[in-house]
Amino acid sequence: MKLSHGIFERHSLILLIGIVIVVSIGGLVEIAPLFFIENTIEKVEGMRPYTPLELAGRDIYIREGCYLCHSQMIRPLKDEVERYGHYSLAAESMYDHPFQWGSKRLGPDLARVGGKYSDSWHKDHLINPRSVVPESIMPPYAFMAERPLDDHNIAAKMKALQVEGVPYTDEMIANAREDLAAQADPTADGRKLKAHYGDKVIRRDFDGNPDKVTEYDALIAYLQMLGTLVDFGKYHPERGDNNR
Amino acid sequence: MIAVLALSIVGMVWSLCAAAFADDAPFRIHAYVILGASILSSIACIGILGDGGPKGRADRYSDDVIRAGVYASLFWGVVGMLVGVVIACQLAWPTLFYFPGEGWLNFGRLRPVHTSGVVFAFGGNVLLATSFYVVQRTCRARMFGGIAPWFVFWGYQLFIVLAASGYVMGVTQGKEYAEPEWYTDLWLTIVWVMYLVVFLGTIWKRKEPHIYVANWFYLAFIVTIAVLHITNNLAVPIGPFSSKSYDVFAGVQDALTQWWYGHNAVGFFLTAAFLAIMYYFVPKRAERPIYSYRLSIVHFWALIFIYIWAGPHHLHYTALPQWAQTLGMTFSIMLWMPSWGGMINGLMTLSGAWDKLRTDPVLRMLFAAIGFYGMATFEGPVMSIREVNALSHYTDWTIGHVHSGALGWVGFISFGAIYCMVPWLWKKQRMYSNALIEWHFWIATLGILLYIAAMWVSGIQEGLMWREYTPQGFLAHTFVETVAAKHVEYVVRMVGGLLYLSGVLIMIFNVWRTIRGDAPAAVEPDKLAYPANAVAAE
Amino acid sequence: MADREKDAHSGVETTGHEWDGIKELDNPLPRWWLILFYICIAVAVVYWVLMPAWPTLNGYTHGILNQSDRANVAKDMKDLAVKRGHQGVILEKASLEQIEQDPNLQAYAMASGQAVFGDNCAPCHGAGGGGGKGYANLRDDVWLWGGGLADIQRTLTYGIRSGDPDARVSMMPSFGRDALLKPQQVDDLTEYVVALSHRKANPASVARAAPVFAEQCAACHGADGKGQQAVGAPNLTDADWLYGGDRKSIHDQIWFGRGGVMPAWRTRLTEAQIKAVTVYVHVNSGGSGVTAAPPTAPAADNTSVSDAAK
Repeated sequence: MKLSHGIFERHSLILLIGIVIVVSIGGLVEIAPLFFIENTIEKVEGMRPYTPLELAGRDIYIREGCYLCHSQMIRPLKDEVERYGHYSLAAESMYDHPFQWGSKRLGPDLARVGGKYSDSWHKDHLINPRSVVPESIMPPYAFMAERPLDDHNIAAKMKALQVEGVPYTDEMIANAREDLAAQADPTADGRKLKAHYGDKVIRRDFDGNPDKVTEYDALIAYLQMLGTLVDFGKYHPERGDNNR
Repeated sequence: MIAVLALSIVGMVWSLCAAAFADDAPFRIHAYVILGASILSSIACIGILGDGGPKGRADRYSDDVIRAGVYASLFWGVVGMLVGVVIACQLAWPTLFYFPGEGWLNFGRLRPVHTSGVVFAFGGNVLLATSFYVVQRTCRARMFGGIAPWFVFWGYQLFIVLAASGYVMGVTQGKEYAEPEWYTDLWLTIVWVMYLVVFLGTIWKRKEPHIYVANWFYLAFIVTIAVLHITNNLAVPIGPFSSKSYDVFAGVQDALTQWWYGHNAVGFFLTAAFLAIMYYFVPKRAERPIYSYRLSIVHFWALIFIYIWAGPHHLHYTALPQWAQTLGMTFSIMLWMPSWGGMINGLMTLSGAWDKLRTDPVLRMLFAAIGFYGMATFEGPVMSIREVNALSHYTDWTIGHVHSGALGWVGFISFGAIYCMVPWLWKKQRMYSNALIEWHFWIATLGILLYIAAMWVSGIQEGLMWREYTPQGFLAHTFVETVAAKHVEYVVRMVGGLLYLSGVLIMIFNVWRTIRGDAPAAVEPDKLAYPANAVAAE
Repeated sequence: MADREKDAHSGVETTGHEWDGIKELDNPLPRWWLILFYICIAVAVVYWVLMPAWPTLNGYTHGILNQSDRANVAKDMKDLAVKRGHQGVILEKASLEQIEQDPNLQAYAMASGQAVFGDNCAPCHGAGGGGGKGYANLRDDVWLWGGGLADIQRTLTYGIRSGDPDARVSMMPSFGRDALLKPQQVDDLTEYVVALSHRKANPASVARAAPVFAEQCAACHGADGKGQQAVGAPNLTDADWLYGGDRKSIHDQIWFGRGGVMPAWRTRLTEAQIKAVTVYVHVNSGGSGVTAAPPTAPAADNTSVSDAAK
């Protein structure tokens, strides 16, 4: 053993190459198949890319580090399914750059928080979590309640995601700011928005302030659609390739 | 030298453009930071060139950069741990330690400052300093690359400043332990490649026929971190002058890439590299030979081969296909003995020097570090078992596990190395006060025990509460009840962290007094020069 | 090698190398270590045979146990239903009144309802159901949309202004913000509402507001201000205020016309769960609410308003 190992100890380049080969194998065998094994991502109906407003909200979610305390991944365990709803599918995060499954639950899972509480509850809760949940240890986010949403680069964001394979069309990108405004203003003409992202898109004045589109509008729009896209009526969990 | 000057000038031009065309405020601020750094480094380069090139005797080890590394380690250690204590307070007393008007002090922005601060800023600087120290001495060669080691050192500090200031401004990729945005990542890539060149170059220059085992571990750490960093941070920026980018991977593929990265940041940054520290400082301090050369070989290759596979155990029961979870779990179990190989080699190296544990608190600290290493590397495989993970995942148990490794192993082995290096580097017989090292050891040990005990209790408690059913078959607790139930544990955890931080402050005082000249000067031969049997180089 | 020396302490040979004074002993691998390593590898191999493990070109090895987390959780949920026993089945079929009258069934529904309430309803209505500003108190006998079993069940199932086609919907206009009334009129109406709830108010304002109230507000809140549960219009004469009863809160409400939203729980909870929560809420409120309460008859105690209006 000593004799054969001497070559690594005398030649730094051989040692280097040896290390590179040895550490590459595991990653290649585990990660590469996720890109070509077909049933890695389930076939579902209802998944669509985020609307511009939701995307802006998701960026705020990332900016504030929400993923450090809230998971978005319901495990197939009975207590989680009862508490949070249907276990999460891989398909539900197929457009998530980056994924936000999280690793820690200082707060509850948010994978299906969409529609669970009212917009005004989210607003109250974000301003001061302890005003509605006295035991909460969540930070207050009052500082952005009135802050106007900076959407000047929303088209550039969608363009970057398009490059990465998210199915945004050029028309969606061209209409990004218009669609964004239309989603936060229920009195605006929302036909284009619905043509781009489907009829189920929620259009509301999420923060209850019709004067401007704030960061709360975006963040609440994102929270209110989480976990609501997949049509579980048409999903067959027991089918072989879904049952894993 | 010229290359660094050229890079600085490019940096100045680029950062001026970036500041002018910045798409968002954080990017503009970062452009000014880079501008300042470029100007400073240009002035430094011109000053050195004006003096007729870099100084420093070629027959001596280059140790100035190592001294700088010691200072930087202590500084970032305090910053990172202080932020840790602050966020622990926030979780224990949310009404007192949050400021509703200010987003930048919220938990979500400060936690990356804490994690990156202790892992990459404190740990990274310890690794830079010790690796430069160890590689020169075990190769009997001066560091390769002229001022390149200084470029690596200052480049790394710039990376830390960009990363940490970005976090508080909300500039983040949203991937744990890989939060820095694309331009900070690119900068780190340049610095890291330079680090590899310096390290490898020094090995090339070596006057020993064989490469010492510590350097295998350092090399594996440097190379693998480069591969992990580049792959996991592949991203498309939304514009050349914007701080925002989107990760190229999505969903399940991104999840596995991230935890392949995240787990091996632990594996190669916090394990392999700190084992390298152990392989030099433990035999040096104990003045005993390494226990088993053969064990070194087997556990080195087994460790680096198997560690890479273990990432999926962070994704048990998620939407990651179960076959990948199985691989993550089984390789984690197989990893147990290769991890313990390092522990055996460390502990058994002390055989013949056991008596020194009573008298030498530094050796005791190194010994305790190996003990915590053994404990954490046993707990890890246990937690990777799917059924155990079903309970422990998402809970404070994970936090406790990480800290038993981070505070016990990484922290103690680093402190031990610093206590060894400071007298050696500043030519003293010993540290200023052995008693203060004793205090540091016991306060920090108490802090660790409080911390991990609190997290075990709160983690297992919340895990059990989440899944508890009433006899009738209904969920027994609401989520928020499990939050309220952890308050006492969170206070204990904060106290544990505060004790640990206090230990570091004692160490800093001790180091300061030692360097200031309150410790007796060394009488032994000058350790900075090559040993007598060195081949005269220049 | 010629230069191999023996370590004095252990008597083991070194490898003959030295780095900065560090030598290495040539001890063999510890036996127990090697055996444990082999055992771990054997455990892994066995696990691979049993469970899904290795990726193939387009699939993976399923393992001879044919395990699946998703199949397991489906089975666990079935087992849970069995554990909950026949009462769970009865709950689905029984009427709300039957559930509430049968002590066993009621206890069962309360237990189930409490579990569901805690994670789903308590964030808004409070752990004890006491509510808060903008979130109804469920423990008293004041109900916006009716406090009978069927009322509660309907509110839970379809929600309030939830977007569900069968949701309870009403809209308080934003009289001030949308300029439906002049600011002075809103100020006057505020005084009028204060007077309605038996507090001292500016008589001149109240007098000016009386025709405005009759024209703009009475359709929903009733001429006497006692509200109508059919349209979720609150009683303005009592001491119970969803958005606060001080002058500023009342003014804000007339100005902005906020209307709370309650989600439609049928998308998230089963019918049995909704029944259980219904009973839980009804019992905790004292069970006094009567389904489909007719608009309350005019009472005699609105003298202050009638006096002022003269």
